[in-house]
Amino acid sequence: MSEAPAWQGDLYDLLKNEFDVSQFSYVPDAGHRELINRSIADPDVHSVSLTTEEEGVALQCGAHLGGARSVLLMQSSGVGNCVNFFSLVAHGRFPFLTFVSMRGDFGEGNAWQMAMGKATQPVMEASGITCLRVDSEDELIPTSRAACTMAFQSEEAVAVLLTQKLLGAKAFPTA
Amino acid sequence: MSSKPNLRLGPDQDVADGVLERRHAITELVGDPGETLFVSGLAGSKDDILHVVGADSPAAFTLSGAMGAAVAMGLGLALAQPDRKVMVVTGDGELLMNVGTLATVGVLNPSNLSIICVDNEHYGETGWQESHTGRGVDIAKMAEGGQIPNVRTVNKEAELGEAAQMLREGNGTSFVLVKVAPTKPPSIYRSRDASWHKGRFREALLGQN
Repeated sequence: MSEAPAWQGDLYDLLKNEFDVSQFSYVPDAGHRELINRSIADPDVHSVSLTTEEEGVALQCGAHLGGARSVLLMQSSGVGNCVNFFSLVAHGRFPFLTFVSMRGDFGEGNAWQMAMGKATQPVMEASGITCLRVDSEDELIPTSRAACTMAFQSEEAVAVLLTQKLLGAKAFPTA
Repeated sequence: MSSKPNLRLGPDQDVADGVLERRHAITELVGDPGETLFVSGLAGSKDDILHVVGADSPAAFTLSGAMGAAVAMGLGLALAQPDRKVMVVTGDGELLMNVGTLATVGVLNPSNLSIICVDNEHYGETGWQESHTGRGVDIAKMAEGGQIPNVRTVNKEAELGEAAQMLREGNGTSFVLVKVAPTKPPSIYRSRDASWHKGRFREALLGQN
């Protein structure tokens, strides 16, 4: 397997060291590989493997009740699984931060991914979540820092969308 | 077994002999709430815990929506507050909506987390339709399969004491499935403003919102 790009490690450091995130929840995804692996190996944080993404939404709200900071790492297809729990974030005005690795956008070669890829941002925005898109490596840390400040200081609901321009599209056989 | 579920038109008015009444059962299982923090599911289980701690308790965060969120929310709280006991009180319908969370909890096995599932085998809020648990589904086995180490099913009065003790001891995550009569005790009023309750909960626990 190829090396994870350096920005994934930088993002982990930002979340843990600059913003005191202590709970990393995820449904496994290649786009978040390094963050997931760092959280598993790190005895100072809780690495929470979810069965479905919506658990991570409720987990964050519970963490906030207890004074801890939590992030949800998921693929765009998982956003569809979360929608009803977004009502807990909106009605309770809980801070919420998620990093979404996009499928079904720039250069997608698997038609099954397109519908949820196109729906991801409109669905989140309809649920009251501010979406910040990242298309290139140089935007990643500044945008993520802005998202952390909005989520943890202003107690907003924010999603950072890691687009396929940043991640690259997965190759699929055509014959 | 008939091919169609046995639809019931309303809750039983009387609790049959030998069947647990929910308010009594939850009161016995929780015992002295002390410093315990509570997260509840909707409707009946919300009222059950408010009956024990009082409607104005800031130590109970109760859902009135987001069905299926209670256990995961309790997990986030338990991980954030490892020195405090966290108890989730939920119902069979709410838990079935996100039963995978039992596996998420079991893998982490926080010793300060306990879960009570009040199983009346019905969806009481929507017209008393029979739930899966009234048709043979066993959520306690799902909790065991999810690797939660301490699991009990309580069917009768004599089993309450040992289960209550297990919930208090906190040697790994505990799960109690308590089978209760399908009754609807009077509901207990509480504001449904989740943001306000969040603020009160944090103020009481952390000294600031």
